[in-house]
Amino acid sequence: MSILINKDSRVITQGITGKTGQFHTRTSRDYANGRACYVAGVNPNKAGENFEGIPIYGSVADAKRQTGANVSVIYVPPPYAAAAIWEAVEADLDLVICITEGIPVRDMIEVRDRMRKQSRRTLLVGPNCPGVITPGELKIGIMPGHIHKKGRVGVVSRSGTLTYEAVGQLSELGIGQSSAVGIGGDPVNGLKHVEVMKLFNDDPETDAVVMIGEIGGSDEEAAAQWVKQNMKKPVVGFIAGVTAPPGKRMGHAGAIISGGKGTAQEKLAVMEACGIKVTRNPAEMGKLLKSVLR
Amino acid sequence: MKIHEYQGKELFRKYGVATPRGVPCFSADEAVAAARTLGGKVWVVKAQIHAGGRGKGGGVKVAKSLDEVRKFASSILGMQLKTHQTGPEGQKVRRLLVEEGADVRKELYVGMVVDRGTQRVCLMASSEGGMDIEEVAAKTPKKIRKVFIDPATGLTDGEAEAISRQIGVPEPSVGQARELLQALYKCFWETDASLAEINPLIYTGEGRVIALDSKMNFDDNALFRHPDIVAMRDLDEEDPLEIEASKYDLSYISLDGEIGCMVNGAGLAMATMDTIKLFGGAPANFLDVGGGATAEKVTAAFKIMLSNPKVKAILVNIFGGIMKCDTIAEGVVAAAREVHLSVPLVVRMKGTNEELGRKILKDSGLPIISANNMADAAKKVVAAVKKTKTKKKPKKKSVKKPVKKAVKKKSVKNPAKKAKGKKK
Repeated sequence: MSILINKDSRVITQGITGKTGQFHTRTSRDYANGRACYVAGVNPNKAGENFEGIPIYGSVADAKRQTGANVSVIYVPPPYAAAAIWEAVEADLDLVICITEGIPVRDMIEVRDRMRKQSRRTLLVGPNCPGVITPGELKIGIMPGHIHKKGRVGVVSRSGTLTYEAVGQLSELGIGQSSAVGIGGDPVNGLKHVEVMKLFNDDPETDAVVMIGEIGGSDEEAAAQWVKQNMKKPVVGFIAGVTAPPGKRMGHAGAIISGGKGTAQEKLAVMEACGIKVTRNPAEMGKLLKSVLR
Repeated sequence: MKIHEYQGKELFRKYGVATPRGVPCFSADEAVAAARTLGGKVWVVKAQIHAGGRGKGGGVKVAKSLDEVRKFASSILGMQLKTHQTGPEGQKVRRLLVEEGADVRKELYVGMVVDRGTQRVCLMASSEGGMDIEEVAAKTPKKIRKVFIDPATGLTDGEAEAISRQIGVPEPSVGQARELLQALYKCFWETDASLAEINPLIYTGEGRVIALDSKMNFDDNALFRHPDIVAMRDLDEEDPLEIEASKYDLSYISLDGEIGCMVNGAGLAMATMDTIKLFGGAPANFLDVGGGATAEKVTAAFKIMLSNPKVKAILVNIFGGIMKCDTIAEGVVAAAREVHLSVPLVVRMKGTNEELGRKILKDSGLPIISANNMADAAKKVVAAVKKTKTKKKPKKKSVKKPVKKAVKKKSVKNPAKKAKGKKK
């Protein structure tokens, strides 16, 4: 098994005709079962056409009806990306993965609010994320597929390339991954660390989890508290930004709202207090995980 | 993006947030003329820089005559204003705001920011205005009241009135405070702000509720729909290197160390800085080249890093996803040639087209140090910095280098010429 996606997922690409969408649809389709999984693209102006054999529909709802797709991935440019997310949510897909970087925060607040108020069941990963991969089965997103290896360790991270770093280290040590999830670096997003952690905890084919975070917000702390109370599997972690200057990115008032939370040191301290093994050396994330495998 | 107080107040007025009357000025003559136009007997002369803490640093003065307006305006304009937010060198004052004086009865605090947990705009207010609000938050968190605003309804009458009373707005002024808070929220929401702060918000002896200060930051991702706000950008207030970087869509922040880093992805960039520190070095900057970087972009990144005189070595750490290693390699080689790179360069690349990227670096004939992983890269770059420091004695240089590098050097001797020759 795995979390969120597997070889039976059927994927719609929103923004399949753009340069980024084309490039990554191609590489994702060439990975493992991609050829069977990528069943549709969406572009309201190009319905009836196709992208290298993948049929293009006018809307997500239409694509779902025609192909039975249950997941979508979004490469739509930032001004239109929030609307694209909402279209996928309204079509009642299981999962939407939004890769797009640079979506205005206000747009995300509105979409997330509507999702909550209408009790939509669709899960959102991202935006501004690398996507999700279940090695050996399906890659949805922009991560380099070849660094992954099928196995039993879950990876969850706010960063793109730092996720690849962790995955690369695991694979080099011969440790495969059940799924790797990039939840994205935007302040207002979909799934958070804690929700992905719950999924890994319930997945019988995940034995341990690597959790990677960075400065700002308090998602890592929330996940750590949950791990302490509920997690049945070992978790290791790394937080990027020990050397980041305070207040440079987050506004002055932003520091208040989290009550002094958000520094790497504090996150690391909370994680350790909650029984998560952490390292200060990002080159040793793989080794650390190896040390907790039974 | 940040704007000045006077610009923030212009936006405030547009949305109906009450402010004192005031005029932005660029000279002492203009300041005196502004005071004359405003009328009254008391004026406030305020330095306009983006950093906070201006009052404590001597950038805000109360003038009781036109002569004093001239005196204060002359002394503040052109000064290097130092506050806790400017750094030790301070920030040069180029603009002033001259305002009518206000009869301050009580100072309050109001701020708005996006709360990540609730995914809503959070209104914060406190009875402790005019102070460093972070200090209030740390010492007496109970004195900060919060409302998480429903984006579908906006700030309701009930919420606005309740929080006004909680922070001690007297009953006759609660209606005014409600209107001001609702106008502030509308301003925040419609301009895609990331921060709006009024410190202090005051009520006067007559019971008027007025924004005595204004601080606004905006979501960079939303600037495309606000050309009027983009027009308010004041480049004098920004780090020239950061401005240069933003032209190429690079995310750059100057730091104090000696090792320049160029990395793709913010998380990996921070992790790379952390690793350098872990192995005894200090990063000179944060630089995220982002996804889809071109050779041109990487060249720009190189030039920006090298324009910092503190940089003694450079570490490039790329894990290819969107960006391919060969693109990076081409950029690195082109940049190294163009700037006649004279500091040690350590490159670590992994991911898409890794082999091709390494080959390009190797075939370039440049003295680039390759590293296998992040720790290896950090160690090598820290060692390289130490070497350049001890190498300052010319003797060591001539003992250490010649044997091995003599052969290589021949082909590198004048890289610029070589590159040109190749093109032809």
